[in-house]
Amino acid sequence: MSDTGKAWVFGDDIDTDVLAPGLYMKGPLSTLAEHCLESVDPNFAPNVQKGDVIVAGSNFGIGSSREQAVEALKLLGVRTLVAKSFAGIFFRNTLNFGVVALACEDAGKIRPGDQISTNPAKGKITNHSTGETYNCDPLPAQLLEMVIDGGLVEHLEKKLAKKDADQ
Amino acid sequence: MGSTLAEKIIAKAAGRESVKPGDFVTCDVDLAMMHDSGGPRRVNPILTRLGTKVWDPDKVVVITDHFVPPVDAMSAAILDMTRKWVVENGIDNFYDMQGICHVVLPERGHLSPGMFVVGGDSHSPTGGAFGCFMFGVGATDMAGVLVTGHTWVKTPGTMRVDINGDLGVGVSAKDIILHLCARIGMGGAEYQVVEYTGDTVANLPMTERMTLSNMAAELGAQAGLIAADETTSAYIRAAGGDAGDPAQWQSDADATYLATHAVDAAALTPYVAAPHSPANSAPVDEHKGVVVHQAYIGACTGAKLEDLHMAASVLKGHKVSNQTRLLLAPASTRITAAAAADGTLAALTEAGAILMPSGCGACAGYGAGILAEDEVCISSTARNFQGRMGAVSSKVYLGSPYTVAASAIAGHITDPREFLNGGMA
Repeated sequence: MSDTGKAWVFGDDIDTDVLAPGLYMKGPLSTLAEHCLESVDPNFAPNVQKGDVIVAGSNFGIGSSREQAVEALKLLGVRTLVAKSFAGIFFRNTLNFGVVALACEDAGKIRPGDQISTNPAKGKITNHSTGETYNCDPLPAQLLEMVIDGGLVEHLEKKLAKKDADQ
Repeated sequence: MGSTLAEKIIAKAAGRESVKPGDFVTCDVDLAMMHDSGGPRRVNPILTRLGTKVWDPDKVVVITDHFVPPVDAMSAAILDMTRKWVVENGIDNFYDMQGICHVVLPERGHLSPGMFVVGGDSHSPTGGAFGCFMFGVGATDMAGVLVTGHTWVKTPGTMRVDINGDLGVGVSAKDIILHLCARIGMGGAEYQVVEYTGDTVANLPMTERMTLSNMAAELGAQAGLIAADETTSAYIRAAGGDAGDPAQWQSDADATYLATHAVDAAALTPYVAAPHSPANSAPVDEHKGVVVHQAYIGACTGAKLEDLHMAASVLKGHKVSNQTRLLLAPASTRITAAAAADGTLAALTEAGAILMPSGCGACAGYGAGILAEDEVCISSTARNFQGRMGAVSSKVYLGSPYTVAASAIAGHITDPREFLNGGMA
């Protein structure tokens, strides 16, 4: 079970241009992150706290394959995303960068500011503000291991180091 | 309960009896394709950090198509780095400035039915026309494949698009897919496989099937599959590839589909997508008369040999309007050679088409053919997002090679059937 985090709630079809605006793509990631989700909620980037949870509707992360869409959220301290559904390439990028993405039919029941904790292995989301529990698609052990390591590259780094040590 | 084609390929790659939608599995990758933009320059820093080399150089194909030919020192340096990287990593399957990756890959015989293939580009679903499960990945994913030879997949469900009936004169696969974009929407097949079936598909040549699979990306699909048949085998054999066993790679009769959409091909007219989304598609009549400053026949979607044949059938004996310009970028050097040999190129250039290098070109704003503020282009490419082909206020309409050619003659968006024998005239 994850620590409890505050929910930031967004709608459907939040695209990669909203998460990582093209205008700031050439600059450093820290600048890009300051503008993350700015066009739908200018209060988000300045106020989001480490461990807060993003909650959204359908097709979260639609658009381009840019990995900065996840990297920006990660830099802001977000480690968990809950949405009705995720776009294909974005879903892969999310887990590959060590961020948990949980597809949940009941994502719409979560309100801004609700205190949320998740259990990705069991496929459970707990809303501590309402006492409700929601089911979500669980993540399998090998993917969770990758996420906990910090992402695909960090996971491979660890595995390769272990291989060297074993030899 | 039976399996769909996609489920069968994923199960084989995962070493399992069967898989069902939602299953997370680790798959062995049969082939990994990269281009100059998202390839070596993006994955090399990760491989260097990990201190490892490519798992199997024979299973990697590198194709330069984005920054070709280089237009400045930066793009020249990217190509230079790419060339050195393939030598250092022992990759023999390297095609330098020979055309666009999604077209060159099957043209050189690299795809066979049943393969599990990753491509470092969002139009990677094109390979699905050959009965492969091929999908697009980002640079980190690609680096993971290059190091380990496998990747994880959440098994997608399959949406069936069943297309039947004879296409009318001047109507092509591009019109079918634009119709689907309007009907299903840009994200309508999000994280699903689209499988195209029906007698219309069975009667299409491979290049037209590739157009359907290519633009599965615009439906939001992971992959756009067409089960292999004799047409597929003949194409693969001619390309020097392994036609494999098509009978093994078919969806079962009792496979479960998430949805089935039926398309009556005989009822379709030419379609045109208005700015700034392929989903803004409607019959050509709705956009008739829109003045175009540029007409573009190019990209992986719309500059294969049959695409050039379509354009030539309209342009033969006509001239491009002096109010517009027609840019022609054949999708590969082999296509240019074939079009030169069969007279197609002469028909197009005599009509006034301006021949451009084979590459991604203007489609994504990389190469020559960029639009000025407020300019309008009609294009045989796949995407018309705002600013993609040049200035932010420029506008791109999408149509078939027939429609682009007819609009080039008239100087405004025109129904190609006005120029084709047996059409409405």
